[in-house]
Amino acid sequence: MSYLNTLLFSVYPYIALAVFLVGSLIRYDRDQYTWKSSSSQMLESEQLKKGSLFFHVGVIAILLGHFVGLLTPTEVWHVLGISASFKQGVAMGVGGFFGLVCLYGMVILIKRRLTNVRVRATSSRMDIAILLLLFAQLVLGLLSIFVSAGHMDGAEMLKMMHWAQSIVTFDAADAAAAMVGVHWIYKLHITLGMTLFVLFPFSRLVHIWSVPVGYFHRNYQIVRAK
Amino acid sequence: MSHFLDRLQFFKRKGEAFSNDHGAKVHENRSWEDGYRRRWQHDKIVRSTHGVNCTGSCSWKIYVKDGLVTWETQQTDYPRTRPDLPNHEPRGCPRGASYSWYIYSANRLKYPKVRKALVKLWREAKLQHSDPVKAWESIASNPEKSKSYKERRGLGGFIRSDWTEVNEIIAAANVYTAKTYGPDRISGFSPIPAMSMISYAAGARYLSLIGGNCLSFYDWYCDLPPASPQIWGEQTDVPESADWYNSNYIIVWGSNVPQTRTPDAHFLSEVRYKGTKTCVITSDYSEASKFGDTWLAPKQGTDAALAMAFGHVILKEFHVDQPSAYFTDYVRRTTDFPMLVMLEQQGDKLVQGRFLRASDLDGKLGQDNNPEWKTIGVNEADGTLVSPTGSVGYRWGEQGKWNIKPLDGKTGSEVKLQLSLKEGHDEIVEVAFTYFGGQKHELDYFQHTAHDEILLHKIPVKKVKLADGTEARVATVFDLTLANYGVDNGYNDPNCAKSYADDLPYTPGWQQKITGVDANEVARIAREFARNADKTQGRSMVIVGAALNHWYHMDMNYRGLINMLMMCGCVGQSGGGWAHYVGQEKLRPQTGWQPIAFALDWSRPPRHMNGTSFFYNHADQWRYEKLSMSEVVSPLANKEKWSASIIDYNTRAERMGWLPSAPQLGMNPLKLVKDAEAAGMDPKDYAVKKLKDGSLKFACEDPDNPQNYPRNMFIWRSNLLGSSGKGHEYMLRHLLGTKHGLLGKDLGESGSIKPQDVKWHDQAPEGKVDLLVTLDFRMSTTCLYSDIVLPTATWYEKDDLNTSDMHPFIHPLTQAVDPVWEARSDWEIFKGIARTFSDLVKGHLGVEKDLVTLPIQHDTPAEIAQPFGVKQWWRGECDLIPGKTAPAMLVVERDYPNTFNRFTSLGPLLEKLGNGGKGISWDTKKEVHFLGELNRTYSEDSIRNGRPRINSAIDAAECVLSLAPETNGQVAVKAWEALGKATGLDHTHLAKPKEEEKIRFRDIVAQPRKIISSPTWSGLEDEHVSYNAGYTNVHECIPWRTVTGRQQFYQDHEWMRDFGETMCVYKPPINLKTTSPVMNSKPNGNKEILLNWITPHQKWGIHSTYSDNLLMLTLSRGGPIVWMSEDDAKTAGIIDNDWIEVFNVNGSIACRAVVSQRVPEGMAMMYHAQERIVNVPGAEMTGTRGGMHNSVTRAVMKPTHMIGGYAQQSYGFNYYGTVGCNRDEFVVVRKMNRVDWLDTE
Repeated sequence: MSYLNTLLFSVYPYIALAVFLVGSLIRYDRDQYTWKSSSSQMLESEQLKKGSLFFHVGVIAILLGHFVGLLTPTEVWHVLGISASFKQGVAMGVGGFFGLVCLYGMVILIKRRLTNVRVRATSSRMDIAILLLLFAQLVLGLLSIFVSAGHMDGAEMLKMMHWAQSIVTFDAADAAAAMVGVHWIYKLHITLGMTLFVLFPFSRLVHIWSVPVGYFHRNYQIVRAK
Repeated sequence: MSHFLDRLQFFKRKGEAFSNDHGAKVHENRSWEDGYRRRWQHDKIVRSTHGVNCTGSCSWKIYVKDGLVTWETQQTDYPRTRPDLPNHEPRGCPRGASYSWYIYSANRLKYPKVRKALVKLWREAKLQHSDPVKAWESIASNPEKSKSYKERRGLGGFIRSDWTEVNEIIAAANVYTAKTYGPDRISGFSPIPAMSMISYAAGARYLSLIGGNCLSFYDWYCDLPPASPQIWGEQTDVPESADWYNSNYIIVWGSNVPQTRTPDAHFLSEVRYKGTKTCVITSDYSEASKFGDTWLAPKQGTDAALAMAFGHVILKEFHVDQPSAYFTDYVRRTTDFPMLVMLEQQGDKLVQGRFLRASDLDGKLGQDNNPEWKTIGVNEADGTLVSPTGSVGYRWGEQGKWNIKPLDGKTGSEVKLQLSLKEGHDEIVEVAFTYFGGQKHELDYFQHTAHDEILLHKIPVKKVKLADGTEARVATVFDLTLANYGVDNGYNDPNCAKSYADDLPYTPGWQQKITGVDANEVARIAREFARNADKTQGRSMVIVGAALNHWYHMDMNYRGLINMLMMCGCVGQSGGGWAHYVGQEKLRPQTGWQPIAFALDWSRPPRHMNGTSFFYNHADQWRYEKLSMSEVVSPLANKEKWSASIIDYNTRAERMGWLPSAPQLGMNPLKLVKDAEAAGMDPKDYAVKKLKDGSLKFACEDPDNPQNYPRNMFIWRSNLLGSSGKGHEYMLRHLLGTKHGLLGKDLGESGSIKPQDVKWHDQAPEGKVDLLVTLDFRMSTTCLYSDIVLPTATWYEKDDLNTSDMHPFIHPLTQAVDPVWEARSDWEIFKGIARTFSDLVKGHLGVEKDLVTLPIQHDTPAEIAQPFGVKQWWRGECDLIPGKTAPAMLVVERDYPNTFNRFTSLGPLLEKLGNGGKGISWDTKKEVHFLGELNRTYSEDSIRNGRPRINSAIDAAECVLSLAPETNGQVAVKAWEALGKATGLDHTHLAKPKEEEKIRFRDIVAQPRKIISSPTWSGLEDEHVSYNAGYTNVHECIPWRTVTGRQQFYQDHEWMRDFGETMCVYKPPINLKTTSPVMNSKPNGNKEILLNWITPHQKWGIHSTYSDNLLMLTLSRGGPIVWMSEDDAKTAGIIDNDWIEVFNVNGSIACRAVVSQRVPEGMAMMYHAQERIVNVPGAEMTGTRGGMHNSVTRAVMKPTHMIGGYAQQSYGFNYYGTVGCNRDEFVVVRKMNRVDWLDTE
């Protein structure tokens, strides 16, 4: 059992991160023409506008929450005077809200992708797989709220913060140890999360790297030097 | 190097700003731009064009990249024109530019395919019979088995086969058919050779070697204007489009130049900038309308009325009131205006008879050679009768006098022929003229007037004493023409008009009631047209198109406007004349191509058949004929004589040697020769004897007899069933024996009068064709109905030749890439079939003798076979003399086991008999010897030992180019010399400067080449004039190939007189009676309306691509559409894009409506050749998939087109014969309730 635990929570994260970073780099350098979000708005616009907006609002908030929540050192929370249980409560509330927002968007998007003939016909297997995996990940995340509700002291949450921070500080053994005894639903959620990192460079998710924020402030006319 | 690292150079990338920060120069990696550069990079460019249907004949650059054809663009390297003329380039259109889509499309045929029901039978039969011919016999002779696959035609079920198997099935079927029923039970259909000559030649050569029939297409497409052979003895000869630029006044009449002649349209735009005035005449607001300074919109089908009114004004103002010196001189020299016509007493009336001939006169005017074919005029100087040189009598049997110099044929002295007998007439008599404009239309759609059907006109005549002692009254064609047009020449003729507003035929005022065009406008346009021609010596032109030619009385429409051109001296003058552009072709190197295509190098004559009669006959369209000839003949004609059915007249024409037959005789011609030999008789005499005693019949007398079915058919380069097949549903039922949407009853079922000469079988045959083989590169409608589909090379995958009459260049198709998948070029496919045929035929047929019947051919000495009257040998009116009163009968040797060897080598008959065309011939040994050196000869122990090779398509192309005067200067000189013998004039100066010029295949691959002037054509290709039809007739005094040797206003054949068409008259559209039996017979609750059915060329498909091309479908509505007017749509409760059904007794069409202001009320327009394979649901009326544009048509033939043995009215392949008209048709239109896609079918 501990072998699996070590593999999943101290080895797999590095594999996933390596694939994520190196894979993205290679794809960016080699296949510029595939570096895109593959929008299907040209084929179907109404459903997309609705679903995509909810989905993106939800998912961006959730990702931000995860990033801040998992990687901010415990000490910082202490200094700010925020207790673990309070933080957990906020995470459950805000995360749950945006999770539902995201869920609403995703249901629309999945229905659209599977049933709209034009969208379906132009979807790759990866397009559908990524969408379904994200959906599964979201559902797992939402389910975990019910588990968390069983122990509002924030201890479980701290374990996972510990795991995340151990990973980024290259304390692999500690990371695996932190995950021992965590509810299986969290384990599944984290494993699937890492798998999404693995799939990232092979899917349309790469568009996350290239959010075109530059467009908002660039000059009207861009000319390129020779 | 790395996009990612480049991104990291954040500070360096940030460039300097300019223009107040509105712009910035950045330093970014630019390698992504190479993607766009690569998009337009290619490995090579190959010259080709679009090979079958498009007369545009544009040379294209085909781009190849990584071994794939990627796109095409227009070539721009045509040889320059003269400094005062715009260049030709670039030539092309969006249809052509989208063609490369086909090569790799899902619709591309990739493998040979056979319908499963058939191949299953075949494979089973092959297990039982080791001999494939026996195997085919076991299927074809078993009615149950053959029905089982025939009834599946059109319903899919193709499976992949391989070349060995399909060649074996085809060859076995051909061998079995030739052996059992006769080789003339095998036919092939392929159109317009000019567009890919070698591909056409491939199939035609195979068929000609085995004795099969090649079916004509130009007449079947109804693109052949019968008026042209009638007036000029010329199939079609027109100016090149560059000659439009030489014109000063252009009438564009029923031709949609920008849409259907896109690459040429620029000349029309350009000449308008030069100041040329244009008048566009179209019933709809077509794209061409905007080219007009004036747009006239006559009711469709009434153009002849408009043309007659134009003619009325021209005659009145420029020939009577103030005669134009130029016009008078022109018509005197080059038309039959001064020729004398005999007036015959019929009851109490004098009627127009035939031309007076030398043989009628005492002493035959000193003419011993063909006096019955020498027409007569009056010498103005002394009032004597003379036989001027140039009439057809001078063409044959003597030399040197066949020219139209104004010479007396007897003395050779110059004569001036008298145009009118106004001066020096013996008396003025009343002559009967027929008037058809009073006929009422069945649906009251076309207007009629209240005039009598016989109008008497005052005509000045001369009394002439005939050889038999009687006295005849004769009048000139000019005087008759004036009267015919209702123009008074000072005789106070009450039936002639006093003013243009008079309601008398054929004034502008009269026409307004029929056409709806303002009378003043008509007078103005006619005046402008003629005044311009007078001032410029004939630079007025009429560009004319299918809109006029597809009517039953198309010859009246055409003769009407050609008359205008002749009256104004425009024909044969640069920038003037008749520019008919309707599916026409100009196979410029024709005389070089014919020996290859019809295997004239091995055996003569080939079997040719006129397509219209073939399909009318074999698709059993005659079984449903409702047009009685008494409705269309002259009120002066003997009604009893015209009481038979149309098919009867066709069989009579065949038996009298006028029209060809396919099959020919009621028995196997191979067996006939064997029987004759057994009886110890000459096969011809034997056949004559049996025909006379009635033990042998012509096949046409019993087309529904299984012995006479067209058993095997090849279709290549054509979409017969998806495009030109008039009477589509009849073809499906009777020819193919499959599911059809026919709604009408045949003559037996409806208890109507049956044909007189043709045997009636109560049980109508279904599925006459045993094997239908189609070669195509796409799954067309025709492929869908075929038994075997062979994947052929596209136009970018083969080597071939291409010419057009739109420009003077010859250029090639060349192989940009190998034919993809298992496709092969047409040449290789037929070569393969020939090889397998040669193998399988052994033991069944060897060296055989075949009795071929040959109708009396135009441009041969036989064309003057029947000078007086129509005599039917089977009624004892004359003796059966082959080649004179009946078709010629000739024995042809077929060396069946050597078919392949013959196919691939140039045979010995060219050295033995020479080569030629259009009535002249020359020795061609030198060229054959040259081809032996160029193509190399075979050295092997076979019949082709020592013969020049024709192994590849390029070999065949070299043969064509070397043998033809147009591409080989020394042959051109020989040809002009040969013509000079007949005319007695020297014409070689026309080719001498180019004598050493020789165009070979690689030359035209390098650049399109301008062809060399040759006597095959009536225009010149030189540095001084653009190609213009009739130019050498006018300027070189070469006669037109007609009775009089001149352009003919007058037609004097007995049947022409019976039809009241001696001169041009207005004949309203005919009554086809196809709507009343079905209208409101099966209501669906929506209102049903009647519309006239018009099927013009389309914008998104033909000519250079087809209507299943995805790119073009995307630009249009993506499926079949019918255009209708806003008013009609409103009446029927139809809005744009509604699903509608269009039907009559012939069948039904389900399609979408396009409601447009373009269309006049009462008209429905369906662009033709919209495939029934794209977006076609079931029709409510028939319950079957809803048809194509010909589902609601049926061919109807006109007996005047059957005339033969009479100079210009003699048969020639694609030259004269019945035409498949279709625009008199009406349809019921209603909105559909239920669109059923028949997905389970």
